Amino acid sequence: MLRACLRGANATARKNCGRTPLTNLQHCRHYTAGESSGGGGAAKVVAAGLLTVGGGIGGTVLYAKWDHKFRAAVENNVPYSDWLLGLALGPASQDNGLPVKKQVETAQPPSMMDKPVKASKAKSEKKAKEAAESPIPTQSIEEASAEASHIISAMGEVQSVPAPCDTEGKAAKEEECKECHGHEATPATAVVHPDTESPALTEPLKERPVEEVTARLAQQDQEEQDTLASVSASLEDSLASSAKATLQAIGAQEAALQAIARHTHKLKEAMEAEVPPEEKSAQWKELEATIAERTSAVTDAETALLKANEALNSLKSVIDQSKGLKVSAVRPLVLAAEENLHNMVVDLDKVVTKVQSAESEAKVVSQYSELVNEAKQQFQREVTSLTPEIHANWKSLTGKLSADDLNALIAHAHRRIDQLNRELAEQRVREQIHIEASLEQQRLEDQKALEKAVSTALQHYKEDARLEQERKLSELREVMEAEMRTQLRRQAAAHQDHVQDVLKVQEQELRADAEQVLSSKLLEQETRYRQLSQEQLDNFTLDVNTAYARLKGVEEAIDSHVVAEEEARKAHLLWLSVEALNYTLKTADAEVPTVPLEGAAQAVRDSCRDNDFAMALASALPEESLQRGVYSEASLRARFNSLRSLARRVALIDETHNSLYQYFLSYLQAALLFEDKQEAPPSQLSSEDLDPFRLLAYASYCLEHGDLELAAKLMNQLRGEARRVAEDWLTEARLTLETKQVVSLLSAYANAVGLGTTQAP
Amino acid sequence: MSEKELGKKWDRCLADGAIKLGTGLGLGIVFSVLFFKRHTWPISFGSGTGLGMAYANCQNDLRSFYLLHRSDKEQ
Repeated sequence: MLRACLRGANATARKNCGRTPLTNLQHCRHYTAGESSGGGGAAKVVAAGLLTVGGGIGGTVLYAKWDHKFRAAVENNVPYSDWLLGLALGPASQDNGLPVKKQVETAQPPSMMDKPVKASKAKSEKKAKEAAESPIPTQSIEEASAEASHIISAMGEVQSVPAPCDTEGKAAKEEECKECHGHEATPATAVVHPDTESPALTEPLKERPVEEVTARLAQQDQEEQDTLASVSASLEDSLASSAKATLQAIGAQEAALQAIARHTHKLKEAMEAEVPPEEKSAQWKELEATIAERTSAVTDAETALLKANEALNSLKSVIDQSKGLKVSAVRPLVLAAEENLHNMVVDLDKVVTKVQSAESEAKVVSQYSELVNEAKQQFQREVTSLTPEIHANWKSLTGKLSADDLNALIAHAHRRIDQLNRELAEQRVREQIHIEASLEQQRLEDQKALEKAVSTALQHYKEDARLEQERKLSELREVMEAEMRTQLRRQAAAHQDHVQDVLKVQEQELRADAEQVLSSKLLEQETRYRQLSQEQLDNFTLDVNTAYARLKGVEEAIDSHVVAEEEARKAHLLWLSVEALNYTLKTADAEVPTVPLEGAAQAVRDSCRDNDFAMALASALPEESLQRGVYSEASLRARFNSLRSLARRVALIDETHNSLYQYFLSYLQAALLFEDKQEAPPSQLSSEDLDPFRLLAYASYCLEHGDLELAAKLMNQLRGEARRVAEDWLTEARLTLETKQVVSLLSAYANAVGLGTTQAP
Repeated sequence: MSEKELGKKWDRCLADGAIKLGTGLGLGIVFSVLFFKRHTWPISFGSGTGLGMAYANCQNDLRSFYLLHRSDKEQ
């Protein structure tokens, strides 16, 4: 814009310059310079001004953008600046103050909500319950169990606790929380089966009726009982069988043990005891018997052991099966069964080990016995070889033997001793090797035995530990169950209390509602009844009123009839009286006025006592006419004639002209002046017509034509003495006119009234 | 009757005039006889006076309506 101005200025300058190209170049230059300078100067000034203004506006806008208060101040003070600033910067942000408040406001309720939620959460964390936390439950408390299920699911929720608890503060809310958690005490059966509750928890919003829940719970109980019974029965059976088998096995083992022991003992006896041959054979027979016994016992024991093992295995399988059922009430049974099993196994193993040790001992003893027997037999052979007569039983030979035998025996013994010493030396030499070998063997055996023992012991211990653990678990579970039961009982109690309270409150509410409804209904009924009765009354009253009104109407009609007839009569009377009055007017003779109208007027007055108009009219009759009567028109007319000549004669006389000379002149005028006897008066009197002679002519004409009024009016225009002489006549004329007017009015009125009151047929 | 009044006034005038004239004449005669040696001038004087008085009275009577009397003024 500046440039355009500049350009314009330069263009104009150039044009000016161009107009005078050849001449006055200097001037042009001057002009141009001047103009350009002038124009440039002006342009510069304009440019500077515009620049300043633009800079000022831009600076204001920028500062307003930065400082809102400044912007507000500018907008307040400078008109249209708000439009400009709005255009440049967009609408002013005016909610600087509000967001803070809103934040504060919005911060408050969440803070209030957070605390109880935290408290409840802490509480929920404290109490290790298995109930799941699900979304906000409904507020209706209709059935206890449904509520229980809801409240189990409403663990973390605090505010919409349905009970009419205080909602005054956090403490109250904590109370609520406690109650809420207390409400979680469901019936023991419900919580005892958390797995059955899990489907209930997954749909917390759906209420189940009590019957369904109890039926379900009863069903579950029944099922449990059934399984329990079956499991216990099976366990018992298997336990019994296994116990029997185990006992049998143990018995058999014991028997075997005893048999082995007896056998061993017998063997020992047989070996050590020096018994005569018969007894020896008996002994050996006994021994054989015992051996047979032992073998049989051992076999029996083995079979029994096998059976027992089978039974135990079956028991184990049953136990595993029952474990697999996951019914907690079975656990103690299972545990007991397992313990029994373990005990039986342990016993069985013990017995087996005893038997085995006894067997080994027996083996040792048998070996020893064999060795001893062998030695004995050897010795016996030797002895017999030495002394064929002597028997083996050399202990009893002390009395029988001779010295040779003894020496031989001693020599044999010495030889035997030498042999034995040599063997002993040999043995001693081979001792180490034998010992090592035996040690090795023993070690191996020991190792085997150890391993076996260790394994069995480990097994047993493992089993023991497991059983212990199981027992502990079951104990713990029981303890926990008991605790849970107590807690649940407590919760149930609290819940019951709460429910009682709620029920009480509800009862009250319902009662209040019912009472209200009852009272409202009663009120309604009452009002209806009242309304009806009132209606009846109103109807009756209405009827009575209508009848009364009709009666009244009839009466009024009759009265109005009467009144109308009265009116008619009165009107007639009036008319008659007016006619009478009219007639009295006609009683005027010439020169004699009428009869005084007083009587007729009185009659008229009497006949129109209550008629203001007629009264007014009647009282408007002039007194003179009443007292004296009025003159008739004819008499007035006659009188006028004489009056006329007199008026003619005094036509010139008035206030100023009233000397005798004037009188003479007036008489002269009257004698000499001739006018029309009668002249029709014009509709408008001019000043010419006010001449007495003319007036008299007009009046005469009027009179002759019966227009007394106009005549009187015309006569009224007389002035001076003529007027004075006509005064009486005027008065009389006036009187007559008045009376006639009143009478005519009265008669017209009477006629009208009479017409009005005449009933149409 | 106002129209009869003028007649009455004229009657009075004439009557009065007659009386005054006669009275004047009489007095004139008397005076002329008595005091003025039978000159005729007291007779004419007397009758003239009488006539004049009658004239004045008549005029006054005829004018009486138009004149305001002192009593009216005082009222």
